[in-house]
Amino acid sequence: MKYQADKNGYFGVYGGAFIPELLYPNVEELKAHFTEAKEDEKFLSAFRHLLRDYVGRPTPLYFAPSLSLRYGANVYLKREDLNHTGAHKINNTIGQVLLAQRMGKSEIIAETGAGQHGVATATVCAMTGLRCKVFMGEKDMARQAPNVARMKMLGAEVLPAITGSKTLKDATNEAIRYWINNPDSYYIIGSVVGPHPYPEMVAYFQSVISEEMKKQLLEKTGFENPDMVIACVGGGSNAAGAFYHYLDEPVELIIAEAAGKGVNSGKSAATSVLGSPGVLHGSKTLLMQTKDGQVIEPYSISAGLDYPGIGPQHAHLIESNRAKVFAITDDEALDAALILSKTEGIIPALESAHALAVLEKIKFSGQTVVINLSGRGDKDLETYMNYL
Amino acid sequence: MNRIQQLFKKKQENVCSVFVTAGYPKLESTVDVVLDLEAARVDMIEIGMPFSDPLADGPTIQKSSLQALKNGMNIPLLFEQIEEIRKTSQIPIVLMGYLNPVMAYGLEAFLEKCKDVGVDGLIIPDISLETYELEYRYLFTQLGVPLTFLVTPRTSLNRIIRIQNNTETFIYYVSSSATTGRSSNFTEQQESAFLQFNELKLTVPVLAGFGIHNQETFHTVCKYFNGGIIGSAFLRSLEKGQSAKSFVSSLI
Ligand SMILES: Cc1ncc(COP(=O)(O)O)c(C=O)c1O
Repeated sequence: MKYQADKNGYFGVYGGAFIPELLYPNVEELKAHFTEAKEDEKFLSAFRHLLRDYVGRPTPLYFAPSLSLRYGANVYLKREDLNHTGAHKINNTIGQVLLAQRMGKSEIIAETGAGQHGVATATVCAMTGLRCKVFMGEKDMARQAPNVARMKMLGAEVLPAITGSKTLKDATNEAIRYWINNPDSYYIIGSVVGPHPYPEMVAYFQSVISEEMKKQLLEKTGFENPDMVIACVGGGSNAAGAFYHYLDEPVELIIAEAAGKGVNSGKSAATSVLGSPGVLHGSKTLLMQTKDGQVIEPYSISAGLDYPGIGPQHAHLIESNRAKVFAITDDEALDAALILSKTEGIIPALESAHALAVLEKIKFSGQTVVINLSGRGDKDLETYMNYL
Repeated sequence: MNRIQQLFKKKQENVCSVFVTAGYPKLESTVDVVLDLEAARVDMIEIGMPFSDPLADGPTIQKSSLQALKNGMNIPLLFEQIEEIRKTSQIPIVLMGYLNPVMAYGLEAFLEKCKDVGVDGLIIPDISLETYELEYRYLFTQLGVPLTFLVTPRTSLNRIIRIQNNTETFIYYVSSSATTGRSSNFTEQQESAFLQFNELKLTVPVLAGFGIHNQETFHTVCKYFNGGIIGSAFLRSLEKGQSAKSFVSSLI
């Protein structure tokens, strides 16, 4: 349990709830309902039911023969890309929309970077008949245009964030401001960031990933535990889900973060290297900032990893040496995406390609490795085409 | 007794506090703006420490913060400006801002420096009451720089009492559940919340802020609180080039 949140939402020194009084009632209400819901068998069975029949879970655990041969390891891919809407994000939005319904909410808001979380939110809102507003950085709206179209088709209103770098951080600011001004709305955060209880709650809804991995590995290999689990981290929700049931097991946990054009290029989102303890979006965590404590505009080719912070649990895992981090550049991620496409016939999301690129950085001798393939690459085709 | 406590000892009504972003509109504006406000008979000054991501603020303060950062504003520079102000002025000064830049400066060093240059209080909205009790109370009380907490119309009675017990200077009553800078008049519902709050008869002074933008809204809050705090409206007037004197006289 030492890697899970304490009762105040702290993971070691990170986490907590750094919120203005204006949001205090919202967060308290959420905490109370989440605490109740996760003990309520009816709620949990509704969650499981939708994950199965609507999302299409369990997602396969695929033994990737070409990658295995190439790297000298037993490489398994956890196929979150096969979820409805194309990424792991929907595990969380299903959980949270059920919670919102339980709380009697009629309006949902969300922030989105790559648009995957926005699409996953718009989807569950359409399914449940709740009103949906998604905040998205103007720059991201341009580079992830297909997802903007999908959200609109699903009936969501997409609101451009036009401040700062016009990416995920700014979309999150706008969503929080909207929440302050409209406290009756329900804010579905898309990653393991934000004030307590969000990091804990989102990890909980994503934990189905490692729950399935354990069963599937046992079936396939006779062992529940791989040697290593690799996942990319923007805020860190797919990684949190993939690590969840392995935190206290002898399994190496590996984080791929976005180095952009190189960790020291000034165009990077490698928070674990470039970040220092700070407070943003309601929690204390590692944060890319100037010496004066102003948040630095991050950069990554992948909109979903273009965030100056990291979930507080990951900050804790990194600092306590429980997880190891590899910083992956844009080019390394693009290469890894091409390799997976050409050799396994799977086009990964750019975010997930960062996790795949870690394979290049480790010398293997037959270990069993699970890579969380967090999403599919349809949304990134334009970027890929420019690279080919 | 610090300057804020002295102020409230001698004046319990119509206290006028004005918020200004440090380093806005120009980097070196801070000193003049504060002294002009004092000359215009403002009772207390809140100086905003600009932050790149001001979550609880509307467009006006967002804009002034970004401009101030572009101008090169930072906390060490602000302390120099406050030293300059203190050469001629004893007006109560409260620093207001988000926690991250303060953490980057180092909280302990920051509090010591505040004490040193003559800052009388702090408002750091993202330190919640719980976080204060859990992580920070010891340091703030030890180093003797009082923190002001916000309460809103949605804050429970229980919590208001806890906040009062942690208050050495004044409580900041947020007039509505909204980011800063609204410029509509108060609704009946808001006024009845003010009245209800007033009837609690707290033992510490309370100033109301958020959305106070003209004489009418200022007078309204003065009926129910010890005074009001004006922020965005003043920044907008600065932007238009209006003098502090004419702004303040249009208000009180
Ligand atoms: C496919 C995919 N993977 C990963 C991420 C990064 O988010 P997180 O770090 O929360 O898993 C995103 C975010 O948009 C995504 O779309």
